[in-house]
Amino acid sequence: MAAEDVSVKVRDVSVRVHRAGRGPTVLFLHGAGGYAQWLPFFDTLADGYELLVPEHPGYGLSDDPPFIRNVPDMAMFYLDFIETLGLDRIHLIGHSLGGWIAAEMLIRDRARCASLTLLAPAGIRVEGVPTGDLFIWAPDETARNLFHNQRFAEIMLALQPSEAQMDIILKNRFTTTKLGWQPRLFNPDLEKWLHRIKLPSLIVWGAQDKVIPAAYAAKWQDRLPDPRLLMLDECGHIPQIEKADAVAREVRDFLKGARS
Amino acid sequence: MKLISFHLMPYRPLDFEEAAKHRSAWVVLPNTLYDPVKGAEEYAAYIDFLVDCERLGFDGISVNEHHQNAYGLMPAPNLIASALIQRTKSIKIAVLGRALPIVGNPIFIAEEYAMLDNLSKGRIICGFVRGIGAEYHSTGINPYFSHERFHEAHDLIVKAWTQPGPFSFDGQHFNLRYVNLWPRPYQTPHPPIWIPSQGSSETVVWAAHPDRKYPFLVTFSSSELVARYLNAYRDQARKFGYEPEAGQFGWACPLYVADTDERAKAEAGRAIETLFNNYLRMPMEMLIPPGYTSQSSMKNFMKLRTAVGGRVTDADYLIGSGTAVIGSPKTVRAKIEEMRDKTGLGILLPMFQFGILSDELARRSIEMFASEVMPHLRG
Repeated sequence: MAAEDVSVKVRDVSVRVHRAGRGPTVLFLHGAGGYAQWLPFFDTLADGYELLVPEHPGYGLSDDPPFIRNVPDMAMFYLDFIETLGLDRIHLIGHSLGGWIAAEMLIRDRARCASLTLLAPAGIRVEGVPTGDLFIWAPDETARNLFHNQRFAEIMLALQPSEAQMDIILKNRFTTTKLGWQPRLFNPDLEKWLHRIKLPSLIVWGAQDKVIPAAYAAKWQDRLPDPRLLMLDECGHIPQIEKADAVAREVRDFLKGARS
Repeated sequence: MKLISFHLMPYRPLDFEEAAKHRSAWVVLPNTLYDPVKGAEEYAAYIDFLVDCERLGFDGISVNEHHQNAYGLMPAPNLIASALIQRTKSIKIAVLGRALPIVGNPIFIAEEYAMLDNLSKGRIICGFVRGIGAEYHSTGINPYFSHERFHEAHDLIVKAWTQPGPFSFDGQHFNLRYVNLWPRPYQTPHPPIWIPSQGSSETVVWAAHPDRKYPFLVTFSSSELVARYLNAYRDQARKFGYEPEAGQFGWACPLYVADTDERAKAEAGRAIETLFNNYLRMPMEMLIPPGYTSQSSMKNFMKLRTAVGGRVTDADYLIGSGTAVIGSPKTVRAKIEEMRDKTGLGILLPMFQFGILSDELARRSIEMFASEVMPHLRG
C-alpha cells in the first residue's frame, strides 16, 4: 500500500504526515530515531483503519518550533494537532519516545482517544534499572543495541545516508537531546498521573530490549488501568520491526476489542 | 606580552593500559583507578609549581575546571585559587574558567569569585566557559540549552557584581527573587573576564562586542587555527567599529624548552602524546553532544574529525602544527614572536606541565623559559 505524504499546519507549525488506509483513525507516534520509512507493520495496520504517522515537530521534515522545549510541550502540541485535524475516537500508538508523548497527552486530555498502545515506551523510571544510553553510544553500538536479531543491525549499519538524510539524522538527535537528556528520557511527574489514562491499553515489549529494559513493562502494567501485555521473546527495542507480524496481529486484535 | 602560567593538574599515575579498556579518560573511567595517596602528592607538587611562578616573574598563574576525569583534577578550581592566594603576594590568579551552564545556580559562581577577589585584594581574573561536551554527560545538564544557560548565567553574574542589590532576576533557566551579593568584588566594576575558546564563531562575535571586549583565548589548536580565530576576533572588533588592544588576544598552549630542539622533543614528546592520546581521548558522542555546537558545526566536525582528542596523534604532528610549542629557547621564542606578528597576541598562557611530564622536567623547562625566553617577550 502506498502512503500519502502531506503537510498540515497546526499553530503555524508545518507537520509532515504519512497517511494510508480508511476507517477509524490510528495515530502512530514515532520514537527518538524519527520516521525513517514506511514499514510493513504500517501496511498491516492501515487495512481497515486510517493510519496517520506524523513526524514530530523538530524531527524529519516537520518544523522545529522553539516553543516546544520538553515532552509535555510536545504532548500539548499533539492535543492541538488532533483538534485542528478534527480527529476523534483515535487509537493512539506510541513507540519509545512516542509512547511517552502519548501518555503525556492522555493524562491531560483523553476525550478524543479510544485506546492506547505502547511499544517499549519511555517516560517513566524504574529505580535501580538504568536504561541504555543513546547519547553516549556510538552509531554502530546503537544499531546493535536496538535489535536482538543482529541481522537488522547489519541492515541498518549498511545504509549510506545521503547528505539530506544526514541533516535529518542530526536534526532528530538534537531534538531528542532537547526532550530527553535530563532526566534521561523520563518525566518524574508522569508516573503519578498514569491512572488517569482510563482507556483500553496494550503494552508491547521485547524481552531483550537493551534501550528500555523489559523490567519497565511491569511498572506500566501496574500503573495503567488493566492493560494487556505482550512480551516478545528474542526481540529488542523496536518490536514493530523485529516482530512485525506478531505485533501487528496483536494490535489489530486489541483494536477490534477496543472499538466495541 | 603578558605571561600566564597555566596548569591542568592531570593525574599522572594513571594506569594507561587499564584506562585504555574504557571509552575515555572522562565520564566513565572508573574512579577506582584514582589513588588518593598518589593524588594528594600530585596536588602538592602542582601547587608548589604554580606558586614558584611568582618568583620566576610571571604575570599570572592559572587553573581551570573539569569534571570526572583523569585529565584535570580540578572540578573546583576556586579551591586551588584560594590556596594559591595564601601562598603568593602580587601575582594575578586566573581561573580559566568556571563552566557557567553546568551549575544549578550561577550566583554561587558570582559569590565565589567575589570572595576570591576580596581574599586576594583584587588579583583575580575570571574565565567564563561552557565546559567541554563530556561535562554535560558528567553533570546531566542538557547540552541543547548550553548556549542559553551560558548567556543567562553570564548576565546574572555580571549584574550581581555591578548592580546594587537586592534585585530580582527573571530568566528562562534561572529565576531569583533576591540577588544581593555579599561580599561584592574587590575590583571595580568587577574582576576582568576572559573567554577561553576553541574558536566558535558565535563566541567570537559575543566576546568582541563593544559592551564586553573580553580577552579571547584560543586553546589547544594548531598555530594556523589560533591565528585564524584571533584574526576573526580582530575582524569582528573592527566590524563593531573599534581597534582591539593586544590584551584582548590570548593563546594557551603546551610549551617545553630545552637546550636544543632535539633534546626538547626527546624529553617532552611522549608526555605531549599522552596529553592528547590518553588524557583527552574521547568519542564524538562525548566531545560534542547535540546542541553543544550548532547543527552545521557538528556536521562539519563529523566530516573532518580534526579537533583534538578525535584521533590518535604524535609528537611530530603536534610540534609541526604548532599545537604544542616544543624546542630550544630560540625556536620557542621564534614561534611566539611569529604568532605575535600574525595576530597581535598580547597574552601567552604556556602550560609547562602536560600529560605525564615529570616535575623535574617541567621545572627545568620553566626555569629556562624564564631566563632565556621571557626577557625577549617583555617590552
